[in-house]
Amino acid sequence: MAGITGKDAALTAYANALAAEAPKGRSLTQDALRRLFNNKAALVSIFVLIAIVLFALIGPYFLPWAYDKIDWAGIRKPPDWAKGHYFGTDQNGRDMLARTLQGTQMSLLVAAVATFVSVAIGILYGAIAGYFGGKVDAIMMRFVDIMYALPYILFVIILVVIFGRSPVLLFVGIGCLEWLTMARIVRGQTLSIKQREFIEAAKAGGAGPFTIIFRHIVPNLTGPVVIYATLTIPEIIITESFLSYLGLGVQEPQTSLGTLISFGAPVAESLPWMLFTPAAILVVTLLCLSYLGDGLRDALDPKDR
Amino acid sequence: MADVLVVDNLDVTFALHQSEVKAVSDLDFTLAEGETLAVVGESGSGKSQAFLSIMGLLARNGKASGRAMLGDVNLIGMSPDRLDRYRGKDIAMIFQDPMTSLNPTLKVKTQLAEVLVRHQGYTAEKANRAVIEMLERVGIPEPVKRANAYPHELSGGMRQRVMIAMALLCKPKVLIADEPTTALDVTVQAQMLDLFKNLTNDFGTALVLITHDLGVVAGVADRMMVMYGGRCIEKGPTDTLFYDPRHPYTLGLLHSTPHVAKRAKRLDPIQGLPPSLEHLPKGCAFHPRCAFRFERCFEERPPLLPVEDVREKACWYQGELKYEAVA
Amino acid sequence: MFGYALRRVLTAIPIVLITITVCFFILRLAPGGPFDGERALPPDQLKNLRAYYHLDEPLIMQFFGYIGGVLRGDFGPSMVMKDFNVSRLIGIGLPFTLTLGFSAFIVGTIGGMIAGAVAAVNQNKWPDYLLVAIVLVGIIIPNFLMANLVQLFFGVYLKWLPVGGYQPGSLIHLVLPVFILALPHGGRVARLVRGSMIEVLGTNYVRTARSKGLGTRLILARHALKPALLPVVSYLGPGLSYLLTGSLVVEQVFSLPGIGKYFITAALNRDYGLVLGTTILYVFIILALNLLVDILYAWLDPKVRYR
Repeated sequence: MAGITGKDAALTAYANALAAEAPKGRSLTQDALRRLFNNKAALVSIFVLIAIVLFALIGPYFLPWAYDKIDWAGIRKPPDWAKGHYFGTDQNGRDMLARTLQGTQMSLLVAAVATFVSVAIGILYGAIAGYFGGKVDAIMMRFVDIMYALPYILFVIILVVIFGRSPVLLFVGIGCLEWLTMARIVRGQTLSIKQREFIEAAKAGGAGPFTIIFRHIVPNLTGPVVIYATLTIPEIIITESFLSYLGLGVQEPQTSLGTLISFGAPVAESLPWMLFTPAAILVVTLLCLSYLGDGLRDALDPKDR
Repeated sequence: MADVLVVDNLDVTFALHQSEVKAVSDLDFTLAEGETLAVVGESGSGKSQAFLSIMGLLARNGKASGRAMLGDVNLIGMSPDRLDRYRGKDIAMIFQDPMTSLNPTLKVKTQLAEVLVRHQGYTAEKANRAVIEMLERVGIPEPVKRANAYPHELSGGMRQRVMIAMALLCKPKVLIADEPTTALDVTVQAQMLDLFKNLTNDFGTALVLITHDLGVVAGVADRMMVMYGGRCIEKGPTDTLFYDPRHPYTLGLLHSTPHVAKRAKRLDPIQGLPPSLEHLPKGCAFHPRCAFRFERCFEERPPLLPVEDVREKACWYQGELKYEAVA
Repeated sequence: MFGYALRRVLTAIPIVLITITVCFFILRLAPGGPFDGERALPPDQLKNLRAYYHLDEPLIMQFFGYIGGVLRGDFGPSMVMKDFNVSRLIGIGLPFTLTLGFSAFIVGTIGGMIAGAVAAVNQNKWPDYLLVAIVLVGIIIPNFLMANLVQLFFGVYLKWLPVGGYQPGSLIHLVLPVFILALPHGGRVARLVRGSMIEVLGTNYVRTARSKGLGTRLILARHALKPALLPVVSYLGPGLSYLLTGSLVVEQVFSLPGIGKYFITAALNRDYGLVLGTTILYVFIILALNLLVDILYAWLDPKVRYR
């Protein structure tokens, strides 16, 4: 099933363009990088994203309060610079900035792992289907078509409910259901790559199918993978936030952006900082990833040459 | 015979990011009733843009100025709404690529009948009958079946016949055909040209045949206009231009066309590439590729001037054009 | 056309069956269950409960029993809400979710198409820029966050609209939920229509139509709209699934009594009977709607029918 951010439409268009221009193949060349850096929105997004990631990773070491430490003197307090609660505290007296940074870390981690899982499954599945072709391909892609039609968020929820609410499971569970589009793209690419001369040469040299897939086909997929990843990360961040919002995601005292928002929302009238700090980080991150994804797609667009 | 289309001082410019490109400069010509005019040039010579501007079909960044009098109305600068009273009725156009020029989501019948409904006020039923008749006329077998087909169910030649039928439904005074045979098989090309000739004769329609292929021009066109770098560089009756070209570019074109140059010993392409309209050379646009150039050609652009009664050329060289000099 | 539709219906049936089967076995084999509460139940009571819900029968018997029930419209008992069976709960929630979903679908699709077409015709002028900005906001901000923000703004600060809840027949309670659900859907539709409309307006066949002097309105309505809608129609399938996800959120945030709310409550309580019932229902609805979309697509694009 298509996901939450409409990335599949964008990716499918990109994959079609790739297929149409097939034998050329595209990778992250210097040329593409130069075009990416000429795109101001994408460039700014890269810097903002780097800043957010660094801040989320390093920031906690410089804060006076840890994310799970309770300040009994400062419960439900607005931002207070003197005490070191720069973004205020929650109902339990925990520092909101520290919690937001921990939540950002968690959201990014979930997104990174889940994206990795989905890319890995997608490449393997798509490359096998494309490389072997024929009946194998037909059956494997029919399965993907069927999966596409199903409401995957329900299955994520069911998985989480059945197997407990551990973050690791969340990573893998989301990743396991997100690979469909990747598989389609990789299959299309594999179909066109496998007709090229160097594959013939490798076959003539006695290389087995999996050697060919991993040595020759996978390295040619950099472009699609990079775009796929930038578009998938926000989708997973949203999914994770949504699950956490429903109370199915990351559990206390650990937190994620979605968890923070779900705790902040009911009290937003009296304690607005509890909602707006995590919400702002979430929106800025998503916005930047969206711009970056668009920029990458334009930079790697095979039509544009 | 009376002139049906008089074009005067036509300029077409395109706005680019920071600059402007002039695709057509100072074009003048007339088209008499029932006449066939061939407009010849390499791609980028401005031949298509000139006629798209007359039809009001320039791209969004394009602008035309000058006059194109269809009878007593000037088509240039006319609002699209007013233009729609003439387009498709008195002046029609056929495009190069019949594969993409028909709407893939509409039946052939629909795309043809709408012209008659719009311009002649026919009822749908009457229009449909006229459509079948016209399809038969352009040589489509089983016209009733084809009329109910979608474009992708027809062959390329068949689609171009549909385009011709569409353009001729209202028996226009002027028909502009932009490379009508380029996308077709060679075997179909000749049939298509015959069809053009017969139909325009029958309807008294004046035909403008835009092409880069002189082989297409021979035997079809009464007069011919050669364009280079956005300007007309030679025009006159087809026969005289074929047997006695006066512009070195026309001469070069003739010798690079297999069908026409069969008496020559060998086929010679014109040296060099056509100029980009953004960077036209100073002086005569053709001078970098010209074998007859001299100092003046580098500095001054030659105007289009009459040579003898019926023809004009834009070239400083007044001597005899010897083909050996080119080779 | 009819043959095509029939073939599509026939291929959808096994998908429904497979989904039911997979979900059934996953849920039955899952560790933990609705009776693993805080306090362990006495063994004889547990035994009675299991017998009541047929959990002591062989799995395969349970499965066929369940399928038989589903075919008769009986989705079995809810294991947590003791006084209701699943069919009854679905009967309460489904009309509401469908009302919400279809309202949002219609508002979003039509609004998006109009906005996209307006933007395309005014390419690179202010209506276009305005639309692109709105669409970006609508798509980027996750809808549970957006729902909270509009709830806060219109419900709490301005007090124009109710914060949540639902009274039968009260349209005003539906305004915010439908808006939240329709916004990203409409945004995506608008973006698609804008893109494809710009592309279609630049095609050769639209140029042909202009050369025929048909007039802008006729060209847009007859020549440009149908092909420009193709990508939109192919998006509607995924878009419907998206609306489903959205309705889970919206029903939760605005406390609305739809099946999304039941599904989540059931999931949190491990009420497997209700989870299974709502999941099957969702899958069925989505497949049915996708089927409709496919048929609509075939009608719009004659080439598809012959594949």
